Amino acid sequence: MRSGDLILQTMSKVVFFIIILFSIHLFFEGHYRPGGGFVGGLMTSGAIILLLLAYDIKTVKKIIPFDFKWLIAVGLFISVVTAGGSLLFNVPFFTHVHDYFNIPLLGKTSLHTAALFDLGVFFVVVGVTLTIIQTIGESE
Amino acid sequence: MEMNNLVVLPIFVPLLTAVILMFISKKINIQRWISVGASLVTVMIAGLLVHHVSTDGIQTLDIGSWPAPFGITLVSDMLSSLLVLTTSIIGFAVILYSIYSIGEGREKHFYYPIVQFLIVGVNGAFTTGDIFNLFVFFEVMLMASYVLLVLGGTKIQLRETIKYLTVNVISSSLFVIAVAYLYSIVGTLNMAHISQRIGLLEEIPGILTVIAILFLIVFGLKGAIFPLYFWLPGSYYAPPVPVMTLLGALLTKVGIYSIARTYSLFFYHDQSYTHDLLLVLAVVTVLIGVVGSIAYWDIKKIIIYNIITAIGVILYGISVATTTSMTGSVYYLIHDMIIKAALFLLIGIIVNITGTSNLKKFHGLINDYPVLAWVYFIAAISLAGIPPFSGFVGKWLVIQGGMERGELIGSVIILLTSLLVLYSVMKIFIYGFWGGKDQDYPDQHSISYNKLLIPAILLTVIAVLYGFGSEFVYSYVAQAVDTLMNPEIYIEAVLKE
Repeated sequence: MRSGDLILQTMSKVVFFIIILFSIHLFFEGHYRPGGGFVGGLMTSGAIILLLLAYDIKTVKKIIPFDFKWLIAVGLFISVVTAGGSLLFNVPFFTHVHDYFNIPLLGKTSLHTAALFDLGVFFVVVGVTLTIIQTIGESE
Repeated sequence: MEMNNLVVLPIFVPLLTAVILMFISKKINIQRWISVGASLVTVMIAGLLVHHVSTDGIQTLDIGSWPAPFGITLVSDMLSSLLVLTTSIIGFAVILYSIYSIGEGREKHFYYPIVQFLIVGVNGAFTTGDIFNLFVFFEVMLMASYVLLVLGGTKIQLRETIKYLTVNVISSSLFVIAVAYLYSIVGTLNMAHISQRIGLLEEIPGILTVIAILFLIVFGLKGAIFPLYFWLPGSYYAPPVPVMTLLGALLTKVGIYSIARTYSLFFYHDQSYTHDLLLVLAVVTVLIGVVGSIAYWDIKKIIIYNIITAIGVILYGISVATTTSMTGSVYYLIHDMIIKAALFLLIGIIVNITGTSNLKKFHGLINDYPVLAWVYFIAAISLAGIPPFSGFVGKWLVIQGGMERGELIGSVIILLTSLLVLYSVMKIFIYGFWGGKDQDYPDQHSISYNKLLIPAILLTVIAVLYGFGSEFVYSYVAQAVDTLMNPEIYIEAVLKE
């Protein structure tokens, strides 16, 4: 851990959670207001990059202990399966469905398979961005 | 509501395979067999699709249940389904070849997923009925090809990838600009709808011809026609043989397919300008190709320049735009994809045996490798179009179409250059295979020669069957050309009026 970055590191700890919350907010807003998987994913990667700046790659690897390339595959898998799931129901590829559910605490909420697809996009964006940053950062 | 998810499967299966392969990037053996299995499944699905199109006509799929022209429509007419089948077969052969030749280093670094992504891109580009979606599939295909080109990181690969990448980034941005122009005039992106709206225009605006030329530049850069071919000989020379095969057999052909599609569907109003320009470019492309292929003593370069020649021949048929010439072009397009792939794989085996691609450094291969020699011989005369092999019918029809329309000079040039094509590939046979055996080659136990030969023989056999069974193939090709010559069939199938 680098020394002398006390202010940066303390601030990052606080700001990190605000950015993450904002990115999740952006992600769920996508269907009704500007936002969605792409910008949400970028914002989340932004938060993690802030940690990378304040600390170093080793520390961040300890906090998030998996390969970001794996995240790309997970994201792609979620999106592809969401799109391909329609094949099982004998409707055209990529047909989405939605319905309204009464969820405790949240009340009447619409759940849409497009959100699942967006979740895949979110993961891919985070995975790709951080793979790029990490690969460049680690190479010498 | 009509619905046929079969149309999307040649795109979906490789896509899902690619994603699954990403999870097991370090387990090479499992990767290999999943790749082979999935590409075999893709071949079967594509075959089924061809069968469906031939019995039930054009198959369409409105993605996400949004009716055309509002959603993206995938359209499998005979042309696209035949090309999808050809692509899948080549993909299968190349993957089989890669297992024994690409090397563990590349295999561990996402080689197989990227190959599947490339097939997703190519199959998607052949199938889509939406001009912007065509752009997206172009990018899928190109990005996969960038990675395949640079994977391994040798010096020549890095240098050529920079060239290739720069050219394609520029042509892709031109593609977006061309689509933007077209969209601002017709206000739609669905290809059938664009064609319909252009047909409804009372007066054809001059800008439409400008857009036609812009599309020609875009697809010409992808398809390597004169004078936009300059990047191809270097870039295709750099990567290992399986990658070279994929790029050489598939990528340029997507550009040609796009020219055929857009010029028959959108830009048929000002043929005296657009098609005549195409005709001149096609003939010059043929000339450039044969000059290159007879000039070099490097066997890879010889085959690479033959790609350019073939592109010229196919484009010539498209530019003449009669039913005969179009039939010839479609025939020749499919023939050329298969035979180029076969030749590249065979060349790869030769390079593996001799350790060099310089024709002056080896001879007498036929003494030790008779099977390789004769398979190469058959592939070579198929390429040159000796009857009854596969190159003959296509070229014959292209030339006949040209003659019928009174384009004597172009047709004669194509006829005469066939001799030079024959010379260029026979040169390899005569100098490389003939002669006494007075040199020993480094024993390369790491690579099994027989296993590499299997996919090459497979492709050559398909090419030979394609030539001998031209009567059988003809009914399919005729159906493909029918759609190209009569856009209203395509429009009706997509918009369901």
